[in-house]
Amino acid sequence: MNLKELITDKVKEKFGAALEEVSDFRDDLCLTIKNNQIVQLAKFLKEDTELEFVMLKDVTAIDWATRKKRFTAVYHVYSFKLNYTLRIKANIDDDPPAIESVTPVWRSAEWYERETWDMYGIKFINHPDLRRMYMPEGFEHHPLRKDFPVLGIPGSLPLPYKAE
Amino acid sequence: MGLEAKLTQDGFITTTIDSVIAWARKSSVWPMPMGISCCAIEMIAAADPKYDIARFGSEVMRFTPRQCDLMIVAGTVTYKMAQVVRRIYDQMPDPKWVIAMGACTSSGGMYRSYNVVQGIDQFLPVDVYTAGCPPRPENLLNALMTIQEKIGKTKARDYQNRSLKELELSQI
Repeated sequence: MNLKELITDKVKEKFGAALEEVSDFRDDLCLTIKNNQIVQLAKFLKEDTELEFVMLKDVTAIDWATRKKRFTAVYHVYSFKLNYTLRIKANIDDDPPAIESVTPVWRSAEWYERETWDMYGIKFINHPDLRRMYMPEGFEHHPLRKDFPVLGIPGSLPLPYKAE
Repeated sequence: MGLEAKLTQDGFITTTIDSVIAWARKSSVWPMPMGISCCAIEMIAAADPKYDIARFGSEVMRFTPRQCDLMIVAGTVTYKMAQVVRRIYDQMPDPKWVIAMGACTSSGGMYRSYNVVQGIDQFLPVDVYTAGCPPRPENLLNALMTIQEKIGKTKARDYQNRSLKELELSQI
């Protein structure tokens, strides 16, 4: 049986209408799930004995800027059993953007989600330690958002005092 | 300096305290290798036998700021790193000098971005800027020679009260 069909069918059977979209772009299978089902899907993909997506490779996000659901969280998961990388997406419509954390399922999500929080300002609910990853603590903006200027906001990052 | 030639004549020389001190300072500038990114590789190359920074008396790269005169800032300085660079600079004893090595430190270079300081002169008093991405070791040596020239012209007392002045300023 085709690998993609196996994954799609199993997820479809379990989640039904919560599976919003299945796309197959350039041979990459991508499942879009309703954002409140993300942890359930994560748990299912990891624990199902036929799938075993045990490794989370990356968590990131997309800022669509003009869409009503402005942010999309993106997860890349890998199964050693199937030797296959699957992409999961979840459109976020909360404002401020928030989605359930998958850290309880994949431990490695902790830092990925911190990075995504730092860059996009998506809050991960139930995250054990949601601090900034790259930008200094106390910074108030999220640099990878489309409305953030490339050269930054003057005065938002402190510099050391220079004595003349 | 040709000291040996003088010694064979009368056995003594006349000079001023200022020029002796300036000569001593400029002949043994101990660098603080602030190697933050790729420029550091060229800085290391400048210390190897081919380019041999020891010819200029600066082979003693010290990894503690307490023993340094010259900070070579070699690499991209982000806003986060700026705090660290300044802190290490503050721990260096006076008199001290700074080389901004490469495009990143001088102007932000190719990182025209929110996270990179667009020129370290925004928070450090820079003496010599070095062009290049990264600059060749010869270029760094040239910067060092420029610093030596500058030190040679200073009076000993020029730097005497500098730290005091800074202290007063920082208390405001």
